Parts: sequence; C-alpha cells; structure tokens
Amino acid sequence: MPQSIPQTVPAHGPDAAARLASMADVTASDAALRRFLHGLPGVDAVGLEGRAAMLGTRSIKTTAKAYAIDLAISMIDLTTLEGADTPGKVRALCAKGVSPDPTDRTTPRVAAICVYPDMVETAKAALAGSGVHVASVATAFPAGRAALPVKLADTADAVAAGADEIDMVIDRGAFLAGRYLSVFEEIKAVKQACAREDGSAAHLKVIFENGELSTYDNIRRASWLAMLAGADFIKTSTGKVAVNATPPGTLLMLEAVRDFRAATGVQVGVKPAGGIRTSKDAIKYLVMVNETLGEEWLTPEWFRFGASSLLNDLLMQRQKLSTGRYSGPDYVTVD
Amino acid sequence: MSESRLNVLKTYKLFVGGKFPRSESGRVYEVSDAKGNWLANAPLASRKDARDAVVAARKAFGGWSGATAYNRGQVLYRVAEMLEGRREQFVREVADAEGLSKSKAAAVVDSGIDRWVWYAGWTDKIGQIAGAANPVAGPYFNLSTTEPTGVVTVLAPQDSSFLGLISVLAPVIATGNTAVVVTSYEAPLPALSLAEVLATSDVPGGVVNVLSGKASEIAPHLAAHADVNAIDLTGADADLARELEVAAAENLKRVLRPAVTAEDWTAEPGTERLLAFLETKTVWHPIGV
Repeated sequence: MPQSIPQTVPAHGPDAAARLASMADVTASDAALRRFLHGLPGVDAVGLEGRAAMLGTRSIKTTAKAYAIDLAISMIDLTTLEGADTPGKVRALCAKGVSPDPTDRTTPRVAAICVYPDMVETAKAALAGSGVHVASVATAFPAGRAALPVKLADTADAVAAGADEIDMVIDRGAFLAGRYLSVFEEIKAVKQACAREDGSAAHLKVIFENGELSTYDNIRRASWLAMLAGADFIKTSTGKVAVNATPPGTLLMLEAVRDFRAATGVQVGVKPAGGIRTSKDAIKYLVMVNETLGEEWLTPEWFRFGASSLLNDLLMQRQKLSTGRYSGPDYVTVD
Repeated sequence: MSESRLNVLKTYKLFVGGKFPRSESGRVYEVSDAKGNWLANAPLASRKDARDAVVAARKAFGGWSGATAYNRGQVLYRVAEMLEGRREQFVREVADAEGLSKSKAAAVVDSGIDRWVWYAGWTDKIGQIAGAANPVAGPYFNLSTTEPTGVVTVLAPQDSSFLGLISVLAPVIATGNTAVVVTSYEAPLPALSLAEVLATSDVPGGVVNVLSGKASEIAPHLAAHADVNAIDLTGADADLARELEVAAAENLKRVLRPAVTAEDWTAEPGTERLLAFLETKTVWHPIGV
C-alpha cells in the first residue's frame, strides 16, 4: 500500500466507499451475501459473556474515574423519544446538553441531542453555535415497519431540517426472514438520503435492536451487514423493547468493528443505547472499548452512549468527586 | 444424638432495600454478650453500604410517604404482631446484649412491642395535633398539614438495643419518612433481628435499612450526604454529634440532637420524636360562593 493512503479511513470519510467496493463481491447477490454472513465464525456465547463480565470487574478510581466520567458525559447522545415530547421539553433538554451542570462550568458538553424528526428544527435552533450535534431517529423508528419511500422521506426530512446524524432502524422482519440483501439495499438507500445538497452528509447510525435479533450470531451478522452497507455507526437498540444494550452484545459489536477495520481499513463507531443508567455501567463500557478497540475509539467521534437518565448519575458522581459528599437527585435537573 | 449435633450458627446480615446483603466491604466484627462471651459475628458496614442504603430509602420514600396514614398504621401494627411471634428470640437477644435477667429482658421486649403499637396508632392522628385550619383575614380555607421530611438517618442508642431502637425508629417511619438506621455498635443483634421481622411483615423494602457498625465510620458520610434530609444523633457521643451536626448543615438537614442527660427509654415518649421529622405544608383555597 502506498504511503500516501492512510491505513484506516473513517466510515464517514470520502475514501470509505472505495474500500467497501473491495468487498463488492460478497454483496453482489442475496446468495453471496448470505454465504458470507453465515460464513462468519459462530459466537462462543459462554466465552463472550465471560469476557464481558470479566471486563466489568475492573476498578476505576480517583483521577481515572474523573477522566472516565467526563469522557462519558462528552459521549452521551442525550435522548428524548417520547410521544409526549413538546418543543419546550426539547429546548430544556438542549439547554441541559450544552451545560449539563450549571453549577460547574468545567463539565463537558454532551455529544448530541437525539430527537424525533419533527423536533430537529427546534433542537437545531436551541443548539445553534454550541457545537452539540442534533441526532434524529428516522425510518419509521422504532419498529421500522413502513415502505421504503416513507423511510427515505422520513430521513430526507430530518436531514433537511438540519440533523447532523441520523439513527435508522433496520427491518428486523426482513433480516430474520433471511432477506439480507433487502436490508443491505435499504441501508444503502438511507445512506444516500443522508446526503446534503452541499455534498456533505449526515452521519448514519444503524440500529439493530439486539433484543429482537435473538442470537449472538445474528448480532454479528447484522454488524457486518450494516458496515458493508456503509454505516458510520452501529447501534445496539432503540430503547423501546425489553432487552436493550447489554455488555456482551456491545462487546460483540466492538469485536465486529475491530475485525471489519482489519479486513477493510474502514473505521466504524459503536453506540450502545437503552438501559445504561449508572456511571458504573458507563465506565464498564468504556473499559470494554479500550480493551477491545483501543484508545483511538475513546472519543465521542467513535463511541456514544444513547441515554437520558445516565447523565444525571454521571453528574452526581462528578459532584461527589469534587465535593467529597454524596450528591442527590435534588441537585440535578429532572427531565 | 443431641450431644453429637453440630451447632447451627446464625449469620447476621445487613438489611438494605428489603434484602439481606453482606457488607460490601466483606468485613464482620465479633459481638459479645455483657460478660464478654462471643455471641455472633455482625457485618461491619462501610461507606458504600451507607450509600446503597440511602439509595434504597430514597426509592422507597415515594410509596411509603404516599400511602395513606391509615394503611401505614396497619402495616406497623402487623410488625408488632410479628414481633410478638418472635418474642422468645428477642428476650434471649436482649438478655445477652444488655446483661439482663430473663424476666427483666422480657419486660423490656414487652414494652418495646407496646411502644411499636403506640406509634402505629399515631400514624393517622399526628396530623390532627400538628396540622390546623388557620383563621385568615380573607375568604379562604387555610389549612396546614404535615408532610414527612424524607430520608432520615437514625443513629440508634448505644445502650438500649431494643427498646431504645424502637423508640427512635418507629416515630420516624410512622410519619411517612424512610430510615437508614445505624445500630448500637456493641449490641447490634436485636436490631438485625428486627430487620428480619420487618422483611417478613408488610413494610415495603427500603423503608427501613439497618446497618451495623461504627457510627464514627459511617455516620459522617450520611451526615454529609445531600440526599439525606434529616439525621437523628441519639446514638452519637458529644464529640461525634458536634462533628455530624456541622456536616449536616451543608444541605440544611433537620438535626435531632442527643439528649444532654441519658434518656430513660422506659418513660412515656410523648410526641417529640414524631414531630421532629415532619414538615408543615400550608395551602390556601378560596371559599366557594
């Protein structure tokens, strides 16, 4: 490989498409794609869960803990995805994202505010100039049960309203029925819909809904499928079903991202979402990222938490570290 | 047969959030009777056990404070029923802990159970004596009602392991607060057994959390904790009480200071402890035409 070409390219960069083209033979037909995905090594479930549990036992204290807490805050996609979302609530959440702890200005900002497409405009206006991104779910979130043109219109709307990032859901029905190519084509089509007029594009996060994929093997297949289709981020769950982000499921996706980079040179991000509520859990995920992918991924550019209540717990832990006293929910905003 | 039988020794545990965990620190300490004979090992609670207990107490507060006063009274009366069923066990534990004769210990346990019933009766009556319909210069109903303070840390008396414990704990929960109790250091066993009674009656998990260990180790963290609303310093000595009151000032906790002279737990308690952890809410409501 000539020196001028960097060894790794980001999935959202201009060079990624050429790298993915090198894998075009495996995505040429439904049969080829199925052969490839089913040819991926099977997952050792016991080993995976054991490894995830073992990485969860690391003790992170004092200065390392302070660093991890600030890093985790800066990685949060602060989320509100309720039917009852109002513009006022979204604006309040944006204010919180920009200044999570108004009593301590050294607190980092969150990475993004994640909302439904119709709230993108409100969020964009509230965040103007802050550097915090607006992420929008799209493609008939959370079920993904709609026709492709509807999903593409949903995506294009959000992008037109100013979304910096799009969180799409895959069609789990098609995936579980084995129609991998249609899932693949759909992700590609949504990726195209993320393009803006000026040539740039909103980053695309692809949600698998691990809780509905039922097996670890399926999670590994979905990860490869999405990355081959051009996902910038792969995301565990919508947060709308009983089982959301789990440490083993996330570890498996981290490993898939690592293997994908080794195979293609394309770097993809990971976002666990749903069910991560405590600082302790968040730090366990950071340990997992560091041990599986390395420090390169320990930035908001490559790793995110989809969460809402996690931020309050991180802030309380932060206050505990700085004052020495346990804080309480009275000292963070309720949202 | 009976000579060769191995003793089945009891493992005493903490009581946090309706469960019986060992101390997070893994520590235990030896508890002896009044003559110095070993009785059992009790868990030596740590800062993190206290932290977990406050989280559990906060979680339970909404449900317990929101329950009707009548319902709380019934639940507490049920506790007294369960205490009665375990009377022999408590008599033995109190006799060992405080060096009392069997009959004296029985009298202590009986008055403890009676006191619990007495406080159970107060749940739906305290509002009448502490609340009021205030006369105001306008066409308004002006009503003051009582509300529980919140999560209360209780440092149980060091000397009276059962009657004293009940005398400080029952009034706190009767009014709808939730409690984190730090037991007597020398005599924690009746308190840990009381936890078993609470777990098998209808008291929701987390309403009472029992930590055995050194008040001087755990209490400073509880006194400084921003999510604790009040602290009862009965079991602290003068120096510790002063230190804790200073720490408690940080978030304006309600503080109940220890008595200057040793308290007589057998005396009529009065309503002082019931009123110590109550807030007053006053509402104005226009009188209809």
